[in-house]
Amino acid sequence: MKLRLDHVRKAFGPTTVLDGISLNVAEGEMVCLIGASGSGKSTLLRCINLLEPIDDGAIYLDGVDIAEPALDPQPIRQRIGMVFQSYNLFPHMTAEQNVLLAPHRVYGTPREQLRPQITGLFQRFGLEDRMDRYPDQLSGGQQQRVAIIRALAMHPEIMLFDEVTSALDPELVGEVLQVLRTLKQEGMTMVLATHEMAFARDVADRICFLDQGQILEEGPPNQIFQDPQQKRTKDFLRRVRHH
Amino acid sequence: MAEGPAGLTRRQAYERRLKRRSLTTAGLSTLGVVSAIVLLVPLAPGWDRVKTSFFNGEVFVRTFPDLLQAFLLDVAIFAWSAPLIAALGLAVALARDVRNPVLYPLRLFSAVYTDVFRGVPVVLVVYLVGFGIPGLGLPRPWNSPYIWGTVALVLTYSAYVAEIFRSGIESVHQSQRNAALSLGLSMSDAMRYVVLPQAIRRVIPAQMNMLIALQKDVALLSFIGPVEIFRQAGVFKSLLANFTPYVVAAVIFLAITIPATRLADHLIAKQNRART
Repeated sequence: MKLRLDHVRKAFGPTTVLDGISLNVAEGEMVCLIGASGSGKSTLLRCINLLEPIDDGAIYLDGVDIAEPALDPQPIRQRIGMVFQSYNLFPHMTAEQNVLLAPHRVYGTPREQLRPQITGLFQRFGLEDRMDRYPDQLSGGQQQRVAIIRALAMHPEIMLFDEVTSALDPELVGEVLQVLRTLKQEGMTMVLATHEMAFARDVADRICFLDQGQILEEGPPNQIFQDPQQKRTKDFLRRVRHH
Repeated sequence: MAEGPAGLTRRQAYERRLKRRSLTTAGLSTLGVVSAIVLLVPLAPGWDRVKTSFFNGEVFVRTFPDLLQAFLLDVAIFAWSAPLIAALGLAVALARDVRNPVLYPLRLFSAVYTDVFRGVPVVLVVYLVGFGIPGLGLPRPWNSPYIWGTVALVLTYSAYVAEIFRSGIESVHQSQRNAALSLGLSMSDAMRYVVLPQAIRRVIPAQMNMLIALQKDVALLSFIGPVEIFRQAGVFKSLLANFTPYVVAAVIFLAITIPATRLADHLIAKQNRART
């Protein structure tokens, strides 16, 4: 298993957000987390990336427990890419500078040496003519694609996507989902929190339905979407389909 | 669509009428107040005395060159204090963030420091540092009032400047730091390359206002020795038994501070526009 979560618990004060989550993600697998707002999807991703410390349980990356409190999170985060709902590009840097910053600072590679490879990434996602633009000169879809390129530039072993299309205008959602499809085809290991049910059904290997901090039901997309076993899963799917 | 004369829409025509009326009213009102001052103030019983002792043209012309010369000292003290204040202020602001327990004293010191120096009047710090430290019997040149006057200004202003930097750092949304950390940057790199550049940009207008205040407060050093413009004006006042040199000094200060204030306001307005 590339990533294995074992009874992960997380509470904010008196509120339990993750209530014993166990999850396996195989190399090259794409797992979609679905569920209502507040069900714990985003928190789970933030815990995997060590942006939030977990209270109990373990998170294994290649068999090593990365949730060990004494561990330095920095080298682990370098192996895990994360993309956020609100893009979070650095507004004072151009698209290219956004992407160059981490590989240059973390590995000390000179910018000139990084440039061909990074230009290649921009070309692959159709943004080579936007490299010298600042984030506020880009559309939401373009910003989100730059954010994905920025994460990819660190050569992560696994990518986490936190509702990356939720802030986008409907007509811009497609271009970002297309990037995710490409990554999936290339064999990237991915965990997504998403509200894009059609996309999840088409592309995901496995769907996890989160409810009140627990994985209530999981399985291949066909099973979850056609024949959900739990009442809450059925209710949730009925609600999102009617919108 | 109904268009009025001159091809204006109804709303545009209405707004133009409104604007014209308010301009006329403002003009008349200003004219009234100014003429009242010009006519009434000279009627005051002491006006002639005030006029000769504060607005004496002859004294003005005679003392202006020397006062301008003395003002260069104010500018010089300002010029070497400002970078020191920026550096110390930033260092103190950052020290409040250190998490390393070895550096805890630094954190504690910076918290106490900002509280103390924001709580004491500048003139008191100037007196205490400017007279107190040379009083230790330091050899020349270490007893110079220039050095200790500068130290007093730097200590006081850095406390304010540090608080402004802190507010800037805190105004950068947590998600920016998280994005930087998620890329594998260290805490200090996230601060240095992601948070701080945005924070500094946001507080430039506020720091400009601190610079303007500093330029004025340089005059406080006159109390401990340096013959800068305020003290030079005092010398002329005694010599000529006339207060006009103080008015000259005020005019010279205004010549610097008014444009600087306008620039700061312009930057603030520009930033507010950029954010909306």
